[in-house]
Amino acid sequence: MAAKTLTIDGKQITAEEGETILQAATEAGIKIPTLCHLEGVYDIGACRLCLVEVTGTPKLLPACTLKVAEGMEVSTDTERLRKYRRMTLELLFAERNHVCAVCVANGHCELQTLAYSQGLDHVRYEYTFPKWSVDNTHRLFGMDHNRCILCTRCVRSCWHIEGAGTKNVSGRGGKSRIITDLNQPWGDSESCTECGKCVMSCPTGALFKKGSTVGESVRDRDKLEFIVNAREKKQWNA
Amino acid sequence: MSSNSTPVETPPAKNGTQAGHASGDKRFKILEVHMKKHQFRHDALIEVLHKAQELFGYLEDDLLLFISHKLKLPPSRVYGVATFYHFFTLKPQGQHTCVVCMGTACYVKGADQVVEAVQNELKIKAGETTADNKVSLLTARCIGACGIAPAVVYDGTVTPRQTPASTLEKINQWVKS
Ligand code: SF4
Ligand code: SF4
Ligand code: FES
Ligand code: FES
Repeated sequence: MAAKTLTIDGKQITAEEGETILQAATEAGIKIPTLCHLEGVYDIGACRLCLVEVTGTPKLLPACTLKVAEGMEVSTDTERLRKYRRMTLELLFAERNHVCAVCVANGHCELQTLAYSQGLDHVRYEYTFPKWSVDNTHRLFGMDHNRCILCTRCVRSCWHIEGAGTKNVSGRGGKSRIITDLNQPWGDSESCTECGKCVMSCPTGALFKKGSTVGESVRDRDKLEFIVNAREKKQWNA
Repeated sequence: MSSNSTPVETPPAKNGTQAGHASGDKRFKILEVHMKKHQFRHDALIEVLHKAQELFGYLEDDLLLFISHKLKLPPSRVYGVATFYHFFTLKPQGQHTCVVCMGTACYVKGADQVVEAVQNELKIKAGETTADNKVSLLTARCIGACGIAPAVVYDGTVTPRQTPASTLEKINQWVKS
């Protein structure tokens, strides 16, 4: 495969054709913030946190879906990008009810970690305080829609890693929500294999193992990667 | 009333072949033929949902499940697509549903007058539900029963040769109950 030479934040790197900017940057040790990206499932470029600037292109582009090209000049950490990232995060916080102090994922939440790392100390937008429900019907797991950021990582891992297709998104815009089967209580789902991959994928405290209390929900992301490597590459490196 | 408002009898499935759906409702069979035309392809989902809505007036869970089984797609996917587009109507609010076929055959036999009569009686438009949540009025486009036009589906039962009078009678039973 043809190699491409490009620069990311002034650093000259080579990447293989077909790779994304996110992959190339990660290999070069440059960290780009992400939220909807999850190793092992395809990217959809939904959260816009990984936006980067490309010289000669006025639009900001998501690094997780942008493919490398010869001679590309990419910046990942400009003032303009930091401004947009903070805005995106603020909107996520304002859209649902993220009360970290009582969340199972407190301290292990990707949204929270990102907010800290981007220096977010207050939200300028009005909180919407929507009334979302909690689905506690499943034997092992629960879902709190108040903490869902609609990244669809659970949907993609349920469908493409586990293969069950139990979860999907219903509706659109502000009414979008994660559903189970035909919008049934999770506990009634016939397709759910109870594998827990959706819970492992969730960046926030929206999906949790039953019985976890504040701050207890540590994500087992390595397990997901292990499964993906085993299934796709036939490599069992636990 | 006369035989006018007796529900259409479901013919027993011939020589053991299961026709479409367990309920025997012919519309499922028509829908299945349509899916077959698309070779039950996953990417025909939207097209199939359109057809289903034409046939049934709205997309009930049972119908979505039927589609998901036939196309071999996760129910969550079918539900997701059906709720993404404003064009599709999911199960309406009302306790009872009245679906008037507005396909060509039914239309020329006066289905429009039936719709108008119901609209005036209930003070709602097609696609709406009465304030007390008793009745939802919907329309469909050819439900595959042209021979008995104009056809109206009351709570899932296809009923032949309806008139404004016979429809209002049925609806008023619901309203009073
Ligand atoms: S537990 Fe597994 S099968 Fe069930 S919804 Fe989660 S990912 Fe899908
Ligand atoms: S439940 Fe979690 S993984 Fe699923 S969309 Fe919401 S935040 Fe993302
Ligand atoms: S990680 Fe790239 S858009 Fe979400
Ligand atoms: S037009 Fe009404 S059934 Fe065909």
